[in-house]
Amino acid sequence: MTHVGSPLPRLEDARLLAGRGRFTDDVHPDGLLEAHVLRSPHGHARIARIDAAAARALPGVVAVFTFDDLVGVERQMPMILPDRRILHPKTQLLLAAEVVRYVGEPVAFVVAETRYLAEDAAELIEVAYEPLPAASALADAASPGGRPVHADVPDNVAGADEIGFGDAAAALAASPRRLRRRFDLARGHAQPLEPRATVARFDADTDLLTVWDTTQGPIPARAALAAMLGLGIDQVRVIAGDIGGGFGPKMVLYPEEVLVAHAAMRLGRPVKWVEDRMESFVATASEREQIHEVEVGFDEEGRLLGLVDHFWYETGAYIPYGLNTPFVTTMHLLGLYRVPALAVSFQAVFTNRMFVCPYRGAGRPYSAFVIERIMDLIARELGLEPAEVRRRNLIPPEAMPYRYPLTYWDGGPVEFDSGDYPGMLEEALARVGYREIRAAQAAARGEGRYVGVAAAAYCEITGIGPYEGTRVRVQPGGRITVATGVGSQGQGHHTTLAQIVADELGVAPERIEVTVGDTAQFDWGIGSFASRGAVTAGNAARIAARKVARQAREWASEMLEVDAGDLELAEGSVRLKGVPEVGVPLEEIARRADPARGRIGRDPETFRPGLEADGFFNPAQGTMGAGFHACAVEVDPSTGTVAILKYVVVHDCGTVINPLIVEGQVVGGAALGIGGAFYERVAYDEEAQLLTSTYMDYLIPTASEVPAIDVVHFESRSPHNPLGVKGVGEAGTLPVAPALVGAIEDALAPFGATFMTMPLAGPDAVRAAIRAACAARGEEGCRASGPV
Amino acid sequence: MADGKVAVALTVNGERREALVEPRLLLSDFIRHVLRLTGTHVGCEHGVCGACTVLVDGAACRSCLLFAVQANGAEIVTVEGLAGPDGALAPLQQAFRDCHALQCGYCTPGFLISAHAFLRDTPDAAERSDAEIRSALSGNLCRCTGYQAIVKAVRQAAPAYREAGLEERR
Repeated sequence: MTHVGSPLPRLEDARLLAGRGRFTDDVHPDGLLEAHVLRSPHGHARIARIDAAAARALPGVVAVFTFDDLVGVERQMPMILPDRRILHPKTQLLLAAEVVRYVGEPVAFVVAETRYLAEDAAELIEVAYEPLPAASALADAASPGGRPVHADVPDNVAGADEIGFGDAAAALAASPRRLRRRFDLARGHAQPLEPRATVARFDADTDLLTVWDTTQGPIPARAALAAMLGLGIDQVRVIAGDIGGGFGPKMVLYPEEVLVAHAAMRLGRPVKWVEDRMESFVATASEREQIHEVEVGFDEEGRLLGLVDHFWYETGAYIPYGLNTPFVTTMHLLGLYRVPALAVSFQAVFTNRMFVCPYRGAGRPYSAFVIERIMDLIARELGLEPAEVRRRNLIPPEAMPYRYPLTYWDGGPVEFDSGDYPGMLEEALARVGYREIRAAQAAARGEGRYVGVAAAAYCEITGIGPYEGTRVRVQPGGRITVATGVGSQGQGHHTTLAQIVADELGVAPERIEVTVGDTAQFDWGIGSFASRGAVTAGNAARIAARKVARQAREWASEMLEVDAGDLELAEGSVRLKGVPEVGVPLEEIARRADPARGRIGRDPETFRPGLEADGFFNPAQGTMGAGFHACAVEVDPSTGTVAILKYVVVHDCGTVINPLIVEGQVVGGAALGIGGAFYERVAYDEEAQLLTSTYMDYLIPTASEVPAIDVVHFESRSPHNPLGVKGVGEAGTLPVAPALVGAIEDALAPFGATFMTMPLAGPDAVRAAIRAACAARGEEGCRASGPV
Repeated sequence: MADGKVAVALTVNGERREALVEPRLLLSDFIRHVLRLTGTHVGCEHGVCGACTVLVDGAACRSCLLFAVQANGAEIVTVEGLAGPDGALAPLQQAFRDCHALQCGYCTPGFLISAHAFLRDTPDAAERSDAEIRSALSGNLCRCTGYQAIVKAVRQAAPAYREAGLEERR
């Protein structure tokens, strides 16, 4: 029986449901101290003086660290993704020394017997700030005469790049039709429900540091911590156990992780720090803001002939995560469409805001917004159906594999490797009832009901390298363990990896114990990001399990005195094909493979004791995930409220390892996308003061705002890995905003309202767009025009 | 009172617990850090996300909005108290697993307690509309699942509550 493809309920669920998860804040070593971070209340200010004497004198306070107190630790945070295109690789200090550059920047680190006392003490620290002009808005920071965030970067430009192919300017000049638009895409925040947390314990008897950490990348975190703390990587164990959601920001290394570990070493007692929700808003990386100025050329049939885009990308006060996100935007800017020429350039701009990092989708929600809005605009310009314009531009199956002359950041090509995009579009349209809604639309408008329908596409290069690894071991006692460096923040790795290994070893998945994110169990790899876990760790698990299966057959062939080729792995044994009673259980083979005495007689070049193997998968290129979202909405023009009547996702992630988990990823992604499309906007005032720092200001959709979502799997195996999988972790989020905005515009077509921003930020924005459209026509009221 | 601390005595998951606490200690911190029942999670500490939801005298409450001293004499049930005495998952917990109603699992204890209170008080929950079930769950935030599977799980668990309710009335 094959377990890959089966909707197996998750193996990790029982303990999470019983309240027996082990999240970072659940770790409570004896002698634990708790920490609190004093943060900058200013977007930009000079620190004249810090006086921590009163805080240090408070009973129960063990230490107060300011920049000057940091001794024996590297005080400059590292560049996580250095890049030749970064002109000014600015990172922050562990604690601010002379200048703070965003609200929330760490200024002092207080360690006390309890968190309550640490917070009391922080209130006693006096910091004299001299406020400086703050660069708040991206548009202002990027314009000449903008307020510089770093004194030595007067124009605030952190980095820039230009990418393209063909002669896009000439293509536009020769196009029968042209269209130019600006898109303003705001900052959002991932907001995993578990705040960031770190616990560190240093054992002076063994010189070993253990760090429990809410990180998506425990192995890179270990390397960075070791380097900053002056330890070898063998002296640091990072454990990323249960992580309460990641979505990107937990991939970043933050000063608090280093401060906690440093304090534990300095003070000789374990130290814990847990972020509170306001800190997560001010001091956990949020998502980029982008402003695009796009021009496209197209013919009378609506076929794209060329696209030119310049965009500004807000990086915040520092740029530790480099240009990854804007680069990803450029690489996905053409969506699933064939375009002969592209010229895209961007500038990354410093502002006095928290720095940014990739957040589920990593720049693709924005590229999808731009290209899908362009499709709708072309349709409107030519009086065509938006779905028809997409149909005419889609890459057809017979053109696969279709490549753009672009190089992705893994060094591989931008290749549409497999799939049936037109087929997926038709399925999405049929499921949402596109034609029926269109047919009934006029009658509905006659009754004063404004119903709209739209579809939007996404593509995503997933499963990129460089590599991930997995170790599979059959223990002499019969326990089968799988360990990988790719941690889980809820994606179900414990189950999907068990399914893959179970198929290779002929055992039930329930017998397999998967450990993720503990560097003591496995310490090669990078982490969980960019929809790559199933592709990289999944294929690595398959490779490792196949090696173990081969070892098992070799040993069993000696034990049973039969040819290894006549043996199969099934029901926990290696047995003679067709004669199931002749066999030997895996644990017995594991004991035979690790004898206490005697002669083994294997080739020393290849011999490895036990039933154990490591597998590594280093893909030559990524795989292209793709799909369509289609939705129907009804808008009340008098209130601006939008009801989502139907929401359909048709997607292709290649082989579906576990349909329950894949559907969960897609639906969950879409819910995040709905938040990003409608409600979620990180807002700062003109002095770069954060205005949205609670769940009363930053609105996360509840069960009542998220509609039922209908998911259809289109499985076309990727040719680029043995399992045939494509990544799916981010897919659900990508085209939500353009699908919804397209449907809203369609509903409001009689008013001519348009939306070139994301998020819509609620009913008031819908009303404002209606008013603006009316005003543009010189109408007093806001009556519908056109075919009412 | 010692060091300004106050004695509290309460029942948690059927067990009597006593402690001396600071008056300002949140019930959520008391449950997690004093009683070391870490199944109850803290998400926002301002009463919106619902991750810290526990039953206080039968009512689903956000334990981050209560002080431990306010729970003096109360009967508290946390997620650890939902499973059977043999540790077997309760029908609601099983339904969450069957329906893939949890991903990271961080919000899950809060959802379980809220859903438990809803199902206990709504014998005809299975016949209620999705909108009603969603409304009953709208005091809890989930960032992973998109809620769909949670709604399904609550619906699946509803008959077990109805039967248990009938059993009780017999």
